[in-house]
Amino acid sequence: MDQIHFHHALKVDLQKCFGCTHCLQVCPTEAIRIYKGKANIREGRCVDCGECMRSCPVNAFYIEQDDLNLIHNYRHRVVLFPSVMIGQFPIKITQEQIYNALLKIGFTHVYEVEQPIEILMEAREEYFADPSHSRPFISTYCPAVVRLIQVRYPSLVDHLVHIKVPQDLSAIYIKEKLLLQGAKEEEIGIFYITPCAAKIAAVKSPVGEKQSIVNGVINMKEAYNRIMTLIKQEGCKEELPGFFGRITREGMLWPLTNGEASLFKGRAFAIDGIQNVIQFLELIENEEAPDIDFLEMRSCDESCAGGILLSGNRFLTVQNLIKRATKFPSARTTKELNLIVDIEKIKQLLQTDKIKPRSMLILDTDRARAYEKMQKARTIMCHLPAIDCGSCGAPSCMALAEDMVQHKAKMSDCIFMQQLWQHEGKIHPEKAFHNVEKKWGQNRFKPNCNKKGAKNEGL
Amino acid sequence: MQIKFAIEGGDFATAGCASSQVKKLLKQLNIDPSDIKKIVVALYEAEVNIVAHAYRGTITVQIDPQKIIIVLDDEGPGIADINLAMQEGYSTATSKVREMGFGAGMGLSNIKKNSDELNIESIVGKGTKLTITKFFATS
Repeated sequence: MDQIHFHHALKVDLQKCFGCTHCLQVCPTEAIRIYKGKANIREGRCVDCGECMRSCPVNAFYIEQDDLNLIHNYRHRVVLFPSVMIGQFPIKITQEQIYNALLKIGFTHVYEVEQPIEILMEAREEYFADPSHSRPFISTYCPAVVRLIQVRYPSLVDHLVHIKVPQDLSAIYIKEKLLLQGAKEEEIGIFYITPCAAKIAAVKSPVGEKQSIVNGVINMKEAYNRIMTLIKQEGCKEELPGFFGRITREGMLWPLTNGEASLFKGRAFAIDGIQNVIQFLELIENEEAPDIDFLEMRSCDESCAGGILLSGNRFLTVQNLIKRATKFPSARTTKELNLIVDIEKIKQLLQTDKIKPRSMLILDTDRARAYEKMQKARTIMCHLPAIDCGSCGAPSCMALAEDMVQHKAKMSDCIFMQQLWQHEGKIHPEKAFHNVEKKWGQNRFKPNCNKKGAKNEGL
Repeated sequence: MQIKFAIEGGDFATAGCASSQVKKLLKQLNIDPSDIKKIVVALYEAEVNIVAHAYRGTITVQIDPQKIIIVLDDEGPGIADINLAMQEGYSTATSKVREMGFGAGMGLSNIKKNSDELNIESIVGKGTKLTITKFFATS
């Protein structure tokens, strides 16, 4: 709870959103409410998993990103991208062409983020070997999972592996390398192409880090379109631009499910999909799970291949990437790599500060007051219909009851209660209608033939 | 505040339902996570005990700002020697139950370890009543 400012990458386009409630139902932290007919994201609760964006029928969610022109503020323009990006390009497009397209866009250095993976693997081995670290270790690779644990499973934060992730590794490594080669710090601009919203949020307000080393974030969908256009229109050379250097098979496969678990020496589990992750965290928290030493948990089904900013089918992306990865060598030891950078220094930079819980479930920090609120909410539940229809703008009747005791909602937000009160003559129909209009906007009751499924759809 | 759950003997598939629900409430009350963990472990153990040994039972959970009292009342074979049953490793579970990963004989001793007070009343051939009390650490 020490982090007051909390950055969010997911935003709602109020022009497009018409308050259909699809996102309400899928949000794993009940972070969305409808207000004046539009979805509102409660910042403290949102973990940027992107489930809302996936469920939206009108593409009203968007992900904020940095302007690509920002790169020209720097002399050395480094682009980092997760290797999973490669997997979405048709297999006949070579990696060389993709790299050359990125150079054409204006970057001077092109790197996959998962390198040199050996340094990260060794830093993690050292972390795992320390008996003071709580088992099972839970990977911090997926930032949505880290945030989910902070807000919903505060007792498990100590299990998070307090070591940074590939995107930090490559940024630190490249920066160190460029500095050694004579570049000035202010001349280096590091840009990260992201497969999802959570990673943008992680870059903009990192958990367990004071400041991110990355200077800007680029939406992978946009990068994909730019690269494809360049390759199709201008063709791109097949020669190696000379950056392949340090990527390995292990690094390439890291963003996929089992990418980390398969490397762990011991009992390891890989779980993908946010609902699966939630189910498993419940087991871990209740100590009902069998003995496990390492848990790889990713919010998206098929991990980053299912990232919301990827194009194409996630299963095909996985196959594509596995096929491409076979061309690359296996990871070695850092000694064998003959790197010019100081490996120990990089390992030190890969340590994160302590990750703290910030539970969003607490009704009140004062227990007596929390108890009072809980009793009140449970009494309110006696009256609510428990059908979780979302017409009140909250994801469930229970969520509405909890909002009410926090003075964020009223009993009259419930359309069932409104009907009952009209029937009992306790409220004038005009007033009831006005209440619903307040929640859903004034034009809500006007027919609209242009909406999806209606007579003049899309006109 | 009081919540009640009905438990069916032999229904391992749904065991753990009560502990998950109680856990959510305790989190909302800002109870210390280590207390929550102990309560959930004790409750889960006791819940599984009913599922494994009894025909049916009820769990009544009573929460106030200072403590939680969980009463597990079952109709079942009862416990002949409570002191023996409290010993770690002692178990009367059938091999079928053990195959499912339960019945290691840690149940009652584990419940005692994770609670402040444990009271057991049992009549052989009729049933068992467990009363588990845990006081919350002041926040």
